[in-house]
Amino acid sequence: MEKNMSMTKVAMPEQEPDVRNKNFSEVALGYTKEMAMEEAARCLNCKHKPCMTGCPVNVPIPGFIEKVAAGDFEAAYEIITSENALPAICGRVCPQENQCEGKCVRGIKGEPVAIGRLERFVADYHMANAVSSEVQPQKNGKRVAVVGSGPAGITCAGELVKKGYEVTVFEALHKAGGVLSYGIPEFRLPKDLVAREIETVEKLGVDIQTNVIVGRSVTIDELIEQGYNAVFVGSGAGLPRFLNIPGENLLGVYSANEFLTRVNLMKAYKFPETPTPVKVGKKVAVVGAGNVAMDAARTAKRLGAEEVYIVYRRSEEELPARAEEVHHAKEEGIIFKLLNNPCEIHGEDGWVKGIEVVKQELGEPDASGRRSPKPIEGSNYVIDVDTVVIAIGQSPNPLIRQTTPGLDTQKWGGIIVDEDTMKTSKEGVYAGGDTVTGAATVILAMGAGKKAAKAIDEYLQGKTE
Amino acid sequence: MYKIVSKEILNSAVELMVIEAPFVANKCEAGQFVIVRVDEDGERVPLTIADYDREKKTVTIIYQVIGYSTGLLSKKQAGDYVQDFVGPLGQPAPLHKCDHVIGVAGGVGAAPLYPQLRKLHEMGVKVDVIIGGRSEEFVILKEKFEAFCDHVYVTTDDGSAGIKGFVTTVLQDLIDKGEKFDEVIAIGPLIMMKNVVKVTKPLEIPTAVSLNPIMIDGTGMCGGCRVTVGGQTRFACVDGPDFDGFLVDFDECMKRQGMFREEEHECKLRAAQ
Repeated sequence: MEKNMSMTKVAMPEQEPDVRNKNFSEVALGYTKEMAMEEAARCLNCKHKPCMTGCPVNVPIPGFIEKVAAGDFEAAYEIITSENALPAICGRVCPQENQCEGKCVRGIKGEPVAIGRLERFVADYHMANAVSSEVQPQKNGKRVAVVGSGPAGITCAGELVKKGYEVTVFEALHKAGGVLSYGIPEFRLPKDLVAREIETVEKLGVDIQTNVIVGRSVTIDELIEQGYNAVFVGSGAGLPRFLNIPGENLLGVYSANEFLTRVNLMKAYKFPETPTPVKVGKKVAVVGAGNVAMDAARTAKRLGAEEVYIVYRRSEEELPARAEEVHHAKEEGIIFKLLNNPCEIHGEDGWVKGIEVVKQELGEPDASGRRSPKPIEGSNYVIDVDTVVIAIGQSPNPLIRQTTPGLDTQKWGGIIVDEDTMKTSKEGVYAGGDTVTGAATVILAMGAGKKAAKAIDEYLQGKTE
Repeated sequence: MYKIVSKEILNSAVELMVIEAPFVANKCEAGQFVIVRVDEDGERVPLTIADYDREKKTVTIIYQVIGYSTGLLSKKQAGDYVQDFVGPLGQPAPLHKCDHVIGVAGGVGAAPLYPQLRKLHEMGVKVDVIIGGRSEEFVILKEKFEAFCDHVYVTTDDGSAGIKGFVTTVLQDLIDKGEKFDEVIAIGPLIMMKNVVKVTKPLEIPTAVSLNPIMIDGTGMCGGCRVTVGGQTRFACVDGPDFDGFLVDFDECMKRQGMFREEEHECKLRAAQ
């Protein structure tokens, strides 16, 4: 097959910035068959497969791309899903530039192969065309409980059910998906697509019980007493962090979690057609610059805010969000106030009126390797806003650690695990995802869920012998 | 889906439902609450637990029909189902063995107060209660409290039952007459709880209050329910809902309660159409 030696990726059609910043439909529209085959032909099928070393779940990337190039999309789907249960999601939300695409040889001169876009295409093609033929595997008589139905839990459950385990997933909210449902917005990850990926796992035989809060409705010890042979904890990092500056309890200040949950999970963007409201003013400041901050800023814009600021204490170079999210946010008119650190939120009659920031300069690299910001004295000024969204990160929810004796955790709340097996200090209990690492990415959580499933299988098989 | 086993109309604004919810019924304790979603796309509404039956796997909720979602709930009858019913949420009330406790309830606040006082009675504490309502009709659970309380005092705004006046007037009177209370538990509108604290704080009678702020998930995720307690931000859903009344910033709570007042109005108009 002839290689496509173009230095750039085949462009993916997108909604125009000025159109899409007023609606909640998906921004990127995906490749056509022809585009996918053309892009796939850019892959050199390197023998040493550097891209795969960048993938936390070891998708056989050159193998699936070869099938795309040949037009055999179902075969490509089989290859991807041998290692990745949620390809339509990963194709959309993985930080490919730091993972597979970051290692691609084509990226040395020009742009890497658009692996994420191809993965997305293959998954979408399968959803649109394939007749579902999931066969329920032979049961082995052992039961595993999974806490949380986010990327870590769903992946772990999917892997275990394929090995014959009877798997029950307990979800605290009324809807499965974790951050995929409450956190990532519709315009970046359509919710019916999340529902379909989860349905695929349910068709394999995974039982998902919503409205069960492990730690409150039932404890881990009780699950073990009830006959679960092992437990995987993938309860995420759901506890929002605040800045602890004056004015944070004024009306009009939201955690990113609250703001996004109202819009995504509770569909507040349809208010009053749906009963949960969200209030967004004319001018909105989003504090933080990760993916969650970009999601909140772009959501605020879509809800009708005239000016939306990203307020971040470091510079462009340190922006932690995916490159594509930053690019999309800028295209949509989000204003970046970099090297600005909030010190107070000002109010009037109880409502937000402005956010006072101190300008920063960058000093020496800190523990994270990023240059640490230092305040420039006397540089304070107030940005007029009527809404503030705090998006500076989340910590693991304390419920599980408070109610599970024998489960060791870090000082900051993360569950301590053996990194090779995701085994915790408690017999038969494994953990992975944000509850172990603190807020990270979907794909890292999936990688952890997969690793834990393998270890749980080995543990339970060993137990029989 | 969760089955409504029975329903009772307590007065023109307040209703009671017994709902089948095994996970909640198994574990809930006095002071905890649930979140109910009436139907698909419905709001998540936090409601306090008024009672439970571990054998029958049921939980009793008492709610005031006040907004769009409680209006929808009110349309449901015994035998119908609610979409979601999750809990128990929050910390169990920190109830201590002591000599004498008085509960102070305003309106529908009598519902969450009931299991707390009953538990104290079971622990051997002498229990009294003051129940307040707009008028006789809005004084709820009187007979239930009478079953174990030494004294049940009733107050109404219009004097149609009991003493005309506020719950705080009665509380102040009892204290002035020399009644000794080791603790006061006040549950009702924010302004009532604030005024109870005004009576008890100068006398240093420990006072627990129960907060019911705006929240979404009820599990510590959204932070919408944050309250300032003793100068620190706490989440009512996971750190509460019961707090030391002396330390709660009630004025901030009252402001935050009004965050979506315009939207609530819009929702009501829509429901009326």
